[in-house]
Amino acid sequence: MTRRARLWVLAAGLLAVAALYAAACTQLPGFGGSWHPYGDRAVRAALQQRTANAVSSVNFDLRGFDTLGEESVLFASVLGTVVLLRRTRDEKRVPPEPVRVPAPLRRYGRLMLPVTLLIGLYVIAHGQLSPGGGFQGGVVAATSLHLLYIAVDYPALERFRPLGLYELADGAGEAAYVLLGAAGLIAGSAYLANVLPPGTFNTLSSGGTVPLLNAAVGIEVTSAVVVLLAHFLAQALEIEGEREEGRST
Amino acid sequence: MDDAVVVAALVLVAAAATAAVLQRDPARQAIVLSLLGLSLAALFTVLQAPDVGLAQLAVGSAVTPLMILLTVRKVRQRKGRPK
Repeated sequence: MTRRARLWVLAAGLLAVAALYAAACTQLPGFGGSWHPYGDRAVRAALQQRTANAVSSVNFDLRGFDTLGEESVLFASVLGTVVLLRRTRDEKRVPPEPVRVPAPLRRYGRLMLPVTLLIGLYVIAHGQLSPGGGFQGGVVAATSLHLLYIAVDYPALERFRPLGLYELADGAGEAAYVLLGAAGLIAGSAYLANVLPPGTFNTLSSGGTVPLLNAAVGIEVTSAVVVLLAHFLAQALEIEGEREEGRST
Repeated sequence: MDDAVVVAALVLVAAAATAAVLQRDPARQAIVLSLLGLSLAALFTVLQAPDVGLAQLAVGSAVTPLMILLTVRKVRQRKGRPK
């Protein structure tokens, strides 16, 4: 296809999308109004399943298959990053020199690390009850570990972050979600069907499979972000290629 | 009153996003991007979407800027050395 023909195809596609989008927007409820056709149905379904956080009910129950796709996107992209950022044959690992960290920064890190980790774990554990869940809490928990790098140094982070275990947990989290879906297929009617008893509204064990799927996502996201940042950190601080050997001389 | 808060958050997002585009140094851009993430999180919270706000806060204001900063450091290492 010539460049001109490609541009025409692109223009036709863009025009069609613009027309459909504009047509769809005319049917939207007004901003800030009191008519919420989708919201009302989602909240009714969430209450039926005894899930206090309606968003989690949508993510892990009504549209659990969507979330499986999203989780797999993260899993695949981390896998791709691990492959791309591996140490190649002409590169070598040079341990970074220790850096002096100012005392206030050290104190800040020591204070904030447990607090941040606790917040992350709390947000994961209460995904079915209050705003947040496995994804949000997972990112917070993974970020908290990296306060070690900021407040102490890189070797300290490496010591408290067994990368192999996190890689294992990343795969285990993804597998747990897939298998929980299969459990719905065996015990109930469909893949990812909510087959467990819904429990008492607004308690930790309510929502049937929602807290379990939420926990699987929490494990997967925490490990995925840790593994992702570990490879970025290794490339930026440790791995040196042929062309970069001039540093020490 | 509610509208005023929404408008203030929208203006903040527009200002932070414009600043991120106008800043040409990638390392500083990462810092402005983190401010943009923070203001987007505020906007989502004001619009009653705390779930998305939390995700935006964690990813947009911490993880993404950190990944950009690490990438900039790696690229500069490569460029800065004599051959």
